Amino acid sequence: MAHVIDDETIEYVGILAKLELSEEEREQAKKDMGSMLDYIDKLGELDTTDIEPMSHVFPVQNVFREDVVTSGDMREQMLANAPQEKDGMFVVPKTFEG
Amino acid sequence: MTDKEITGGVAREILAYTAVELGKAIHEGKVTAVEAMEAVFKQIERKEAEIHAYVTIDKDTALQKAAQIQKRIEAGELQGSLAGVPVAIKDNLCTEGMRTTCSSRILENFVPTFSAEAVSRLEEAGAVIVGKTNMDEFAMGSTTETSAFGVTKNPWNTAHVPGGSSGGSAAAVAAEECFFALGSDTGGSIRQPAAYCGVVGMKPTYGTVSRYGLVAYGSSLDQIGPLAKDVTDCATVLEIIAAHDAKDSTSMKREDVDFTSALVEDVKGLRIGIPRDYFGEGLDTEVKSAVLAAAKVLEQAGAVVEEFDLSLVEYAIPTYYTIAAAEASSNLERFDGIKYGYRTADFNGLHDMYKKTRSEGFGAEVKRRIMLGSFVLSSGYYDAYYLKALRVKALIKQAFDAAFARYDVILGPVAPTTAPGLGESLADPLKMYLGDIYTISANLAGLPGISLPCGKDGRGLPIGLQLLGDCFQEKKLIQCAYTYEKKRGPFGLSV
Repeated sequence: MAHVIDDETIEYVGILAKLELSEEEREQAKKDMGSMLDYIDKLGELDTTDIEPMSHVFPVQNVFREDVVTSGDMREQMLANAPQEKDGMFVVPKTFEG
Repeated sequence: MTDKEITGGVAREILAYTAVELGKAIHEGKVTAVEAMEAVFKQIERKEAEIHAYVTIDKDTALQKAAQIQKRIEAGELQGSLAGVPVAIKDNLCTEGMRTTCSSRILENFVPTFSAEAVSRLEEAGAVIVGKTNMDEFAMGSTTETSAFGVTKNPWNTAHVPGGSSGGSAAAVAAEECFFALGSDTGGSIRQPAAYCGVVGMKPTYGTVSRYGLVAYGSSLDQIGPLAKDVTDCATVLEIIAAHDAKDSTSMKREDVDFTSALVEDVKGLRIGIPRDYFGEGLDTEVKSAVLAAAKVLEQAGAVVEEFDLSLVEYAIPTYYTIAAAEASSNLERFDGIKYGYRTADFNGLHDMYKKTRSEGFGAEVKRRIMLGSFVLSSGYYDAYYLKALRVKALIKQAFDAAFARYDVILGPVAPTTAPGLGESLADPLKMYLGDIYTISANLAGLPGISLPCGKDGRGLPIGLQLLGDCFQEKKLIQCAYTYEKKRGPFGLSV
């Protein structure tokens, strides 16, 4: 079945993905996502009843370590990468009105 | 020779060495690490404007480091086989103090405060970084054309792509702009560009090389590996970078990482399976005959070669793109314009800043995968798409388990064709994804794979042979590849 991605869906995906698309990008995205989903639907041909989803190929679980600081103080170098910093802190847009 | 200018002839002689040969020549005092680095920069001056393998080059630092390493070699402090050897690093591997962009606008000015574990291990062994190589943006692509910093060209024919996503690394090795390189392989991103550029590339078993400091794309699929001039270099590099690392919780504890011990010319009794499913529709006839001729060579050397049906091959691509996109959408959430990278100039509040920053910072292919990933993980679709793909992944793994119960090595092509022309692939993403058909299963099943040259097509473009092994069986692959390479004879580089 061919997937038709409507405006509402692409709007919702844009919110999840935190992307703002231009009108042109939006139309292209609807088309691309539709054809990818058509293609992915091929997986429906396979019977996967009783098959456990495999997220990791090896049985590695819960790898723990002691919570000990091993890295040095790199505050200045890290802040140097920030788009905006002030008094040793990251500057972010205002998130609520006080 | 140290203080004299390196003449073209001497530089040429140095550049002709493999990484291991160069390391040996440096230890024997025939060449210094500085001369080797100068030879590389001479070659970069000749080639780089045309090839564009690198995103960032820091000549002064490279020469300084080479001089420091040379002193330590002379003092007897560095005895490893790659001490003093110039290496190129894919630009999604963090390098302390050196810009790491993932070939994306969003990281254009990012300077890491630490190095990736694989990079640190190479530097501890005395290898010297030349620079950072171009790639598809965030490793999403098969041609290196999605880079925000221009396309890399195939050194064999500059009207063609080098492959991707580690296209800059493959091209740098092929054009002798370094002696070996590191790449990363999420769906074939080491093996396919190695094939297109006529070099040797290897993706180890998942968990063999620490992913610490590798900017994540699809975390359950990503592995770091070498691109090199021959199988010996490949095994030597892998031996140095493979190690358990507490900083990567998916890192495996392995005892058998003495990969160079497998550089033995012998395939007697080795069971090689050729999947019929890899030789059907879509495979270029020249690629097909070169790969089958390579199988013949191995058979004549004593291997037991047999055809078989692997099954499920056509399901690998939809499985892969679902899982990779899902993981990418999650991994790339961190690029939000707060702690590092690009931030949009005009915005109205926090969420507007996030959206504008990401929309302006990411390229089209990255956005396409983030959106697909967000969709398949969203409520209502998670079971039908994401979990379904993870179930099919389990079936694909089972198919390989069955194959490796009968065979030591699976032999096939790396890609359906040789390197496409520039600009031919991006117009139709789905078609580009189909080109990954022979490589992506290894990532889904965690398997090691090696790609090495086995011929050229009518236009002179290299053809790659792929050998896949069961998990942790790199040594069988290396021995098989080494034997083939010896029987084949020198392939040569593009220069």
